[in-house]
Amino acid sequence: MLESVLFTLGLGLIIGLALSFASRIFYVYEDPRIAKVENLLAGANCGGCGYAGCSAAAEAVVKGEAPPNVCILDSKENVDKIAEIMGLEAGSAEPLKSFNDCEGGSRATDRFYYNGLNSCKAVASLYGGKRDCWIGCLGFGDCIRACGFDAIKMGENGYPVINKEKCVGCGACERACPKPILKVRTMTDRLLHLNAEDDALAPCAQTCPAEIDIPRYIQHIRHGEYEEAVNTIRERNPLLLACGRVCPHPCESWCRRGIEDEPVAINHLKRFVADYEMNSGNRIPIGKAPDTGKRVAVIGGGPAGLSCAYFLQRAGHRASIFEAMPKLGGMLRYGIPEYRLPKKVLDWEIEGILNLGIEHHTNVRLGRDFEFGALIAAGFDAIFFSIGAWNDYRLKIPGEELNGCYTGIDFLSRIGNEEPLTIGKRVAVIGGGNTAIDCARTLVRKGCDKVHLVYRRTRKEMPANDVEIEAAEHEGIEFIFLASPNRVTGDDQERVTGLEYLKMELGEPDASGRRRPVAIEGSETVLDVDMIITAIGQSPSAEFRGKGDRLDDISWTRWNTFEVDPATHQTNVPYIFAAGDAATGPALVVDAIGGGRKAARSIDLFLKGKPVVPQPKAILNKHIEETIFDSVLGIEKTDRVEAPEIPVSERIDNFDEVDLVISEESALREANRCLHCCRLCYDPDQARV
Amino acid sequence: MGDIFVLIISCIFINNIVLAQYLGNCPFLGTSKKMETAVGMAMAVIFVLTMAGIITWIINTYFLVGLGIEFLRTIAFILVIASLVQFVEMFLKKSIPALYAGLGIFLPLITTNCAVMGVCLINVQEEFSFVEALISSIAYAVGFGLALILFTGVRERVILGRVPKPLQDTSIGLVTAGVISLAFFAFKGMV
Ligand SMILES: Cc1cc2nc3c(=O)[nH]c(=O)nc-3n(C[C@H](O)[C@H](O)[C@H](O)COP(=O)(O)OP(=O)(O)OC[C@H]3O[C@@H](n4cnc5c(N)ncnc54)[C@H](O)[C@@H]3O)c2cc1C
Repeated sequence: MLESVLFTLGLGLIIGLALSFASRIFYVYEDPRIAKVENLLAGANCGGCGYAGCSAAAEAVVKGEAPPNVCILDSKENVDKIAEIMGLEAGSAEPLKSFNDCEGGSRATDRFYYNGLNSCKAVASLYGGKRDCWIGCLGFGDCIRACGFDAIKMGENGYPVINKEKCVGCGACERACPKPILKVRTMTDRLLHLNAEDDALAPCAQTCPAEIDIPRYIQHIRHGEYEEAVNTIRERNPLLLACGRVCPHPCESWCRRGIEDEPVAINHLKRFVADYEMNSGNRIPIGKAPDTGKRVAVIGGGPAGLSCAYFLQRAGHRASIFEAMPKLGGMLRYGIPEYRLPKKVLDWEIEGILNLGIEHHTNVRLGRDFEFGALIAAGFDAIFFSIGAWNDYRLKIPGEELNGCYTGIDFLSRIGNEEPLTIGKRVAVIGGGNTAIDCARTLVRKGCDKVHLVYRRTRKEMPANDVEIEAAEHEGIEFIFLASPNRVTGDDQERVTGLEYLKMELGEPDASGRRRPVAIEGSETVLDVDMIITAIGQSPSAEFRGKGDRLDDISWTRWNTFEVDPATHQTNVPYIFAAGDAATGPALVVDAIGGGRKAARSIDLFLKGKPVVPQPKAILNKHIEETIFDSVLGIEKTDRVEAPEIPVSERIDNFDEVDLVISEESALREANRCLHCCRLCYDPDQARV
Repeated sequence: MGDIFVLIISCIFINNIVLAQYLGNCPFLGTSKKMETAVGMAMAVIFVLTMAGIITWIINTYFLVGLGIEFLRTIAFILVIASLVQFVEMFLKKSIPALYAGLGIFLPLITTNCAVMGVCLINVQEEFSFVEALISSIAYAVGFGLALILFTGVRERVILGRVPKPLQDTSIGLVTAGVISLAFFAFKGMV
């Protein structure tokens, strides 16, 4: 008897000692809050939260990866207590929500006969689950059965519909779905997600440099849900009023309807909903993630800067814009003239973006009014450059310094800034891009008698937007093609009297694939003008270089633009990012907006201490091969809506907006022309008007 | 040498701890839905069972038998296994964090795995020598792993079949286990 007592005591003693020593030796520091939080979790180890057991969930909460309400079984009091331990407000981490990206086009009908278990997982493992599209929803509802909160229902078309109110973001549906279409994400994740190879993307959405989910917003318009349409656009593009007016809509060139018929007027629809919001007088609220306390300086308040600041702010960071000009907007304000984008509209749009709490300083130019060191001293965690391309190229011909010679951006920005300028009577604008056309059309409105547009190549090669060229023709601007300026002539008072040019002919194609113009000997012609504007391209003006600070370490390309990783927009200095014209050279507003968002994604990674790497499988506006068709079946031709415009006679002497918004009736009609495409499917039946 | 071979074969196949002795059914059913988990569990069991087999054998031979207090066996073994698992957990957490993270929740679960206790008791009842106890512990653990992995493979395919509603999930799992167990009876003829 004694032995057994002694033995048990002894064994207990040894084990006790061994374990105590072991705990001492093998002690790993663990945040004491983890244990506290774990005590407050339900302790069921059910995995409903998406973590491997309660202790893993507690760890995630303490690390800040999961919100205090991570536990799906926890009571309200416990959630509040956890939030208190973490010093947070309950629910202050961004909530996760489930999204279904596949809404089905023509697929619901071809549910094939299948004798096995009615489960997506089973079908997927047997046949790869391929019906039409390898990412498409199989419709057997594994997600519905997986959902413990009754938040997913089978929709009318045989595709799951998620009830956002009931969804707790546990992730069970995503784990149950054998396809990549059901995703549980935070708003920030969705805002900063780049189009990827296995996303549900129609050709138009692949093309859009800002990656807007075009079919989705058109579908909203079709159903009269204009606010939803605006929200969908705002997930990718904060400048919808501006883009709705000036975007040359590359998306429409890839519209599937365009293969058999005229493409859907996507941009007119965008403008329609954007104007709808503005005219309704109510701003639709814009969601924002909880504050992270990180600060980012944005240099330049053009579309790229505004877009980046907007996305950073929505992701919970704090953006401060530093702008050289008196007002924000960049080329939208100082390049694109009033008659294309009224300042009133731009002001309204920018105000909405700033309402997110973005700090901004105007009339401060980096390199003139403040130095880079000041930004670092102010404690910014990252810096984003979006200084655009404002340095006009010169022709480098004799006489260019005479009075009456201007350069394009200089001229337009002074007009945009309402500075008084003496305008000539007969003017030559040199160049074939948007800047040249905008100069010419502005001059007409300023009362010039004759405006010539002198361009080296032919109309086909002009880089300006087609609609702009047409409008310019209507407004009586005379195009002189295949002409290369040679010399500016002047009088004894140093005033311009004429422009001498050489006639050209087209020769061999050059690197850009356009045929290179060659001068014809002895073809000098003089154009009688008293003002000349050169608008032959721009590059960023970086007067802040060479001051002996960290900025001098940044690499530049030979076009004098920031050298950035095209997928992350990071420069070779890890905390400096750049996008927009400053990184790409002169491009489009949507390019700048898309660039700003891509940079915001990288800055977000950087600020969260994660490696700044390209998103896997990002397509970066390349097309997914299987989604590009040669022909489309079942299309009935219908007329594409045309935007109303003010007649030439009424617009030629003022700066009133020329193009008008389409009516609601036309918008609904046009939205109905949309085939609601995805990767492979499209719905011609729905598109019958 | 031949004996050892027979011992290994019989522990793994003929007297398979799950399929012939019906021990450790809880983790067998619980962790057999996904191959990844099953492999993790199998590894954890091999590790812990080997350790437990050796230590309990030592305690039994030198203390329990020596002092003539064999009736304390169950209590002593439970204590030893539980603290051993704790110890292993602490050790791995500090020294091999990667393995610790990999085994995750399975380590503490083994505490309640009756297969471990069962093997320790078998070692003692069969009056194995130290080497035999060591080998049998490893072999039983391997047998457990083998059964678990085989069973998981089958279960992963079973969901593809059309299973009547009342039989789905655990029920069909038990039926499957029964069939596999019957199949293992065939090994009886081996030795
Ligand atoms: C005349 C004209 C017409 C155009 N028409 C169209 C069109 O119809 N459709 C279309 O899609 N695109 C058009 N574009 C192109 C489009 O406007 C640009 O691609 C776009 O604005 C680029 O945006 P960004 O933010 O990169 O640069 P910007 O818009 O140029 O903005 C850069 C900002 O940075 C500021 N800045 C510069 N240096 C500093 C500094 N050192 N410190 C602080 N701030 C600084 C500038 O003041 C400016 O506000 C046109 C461009 C021009 C010039």
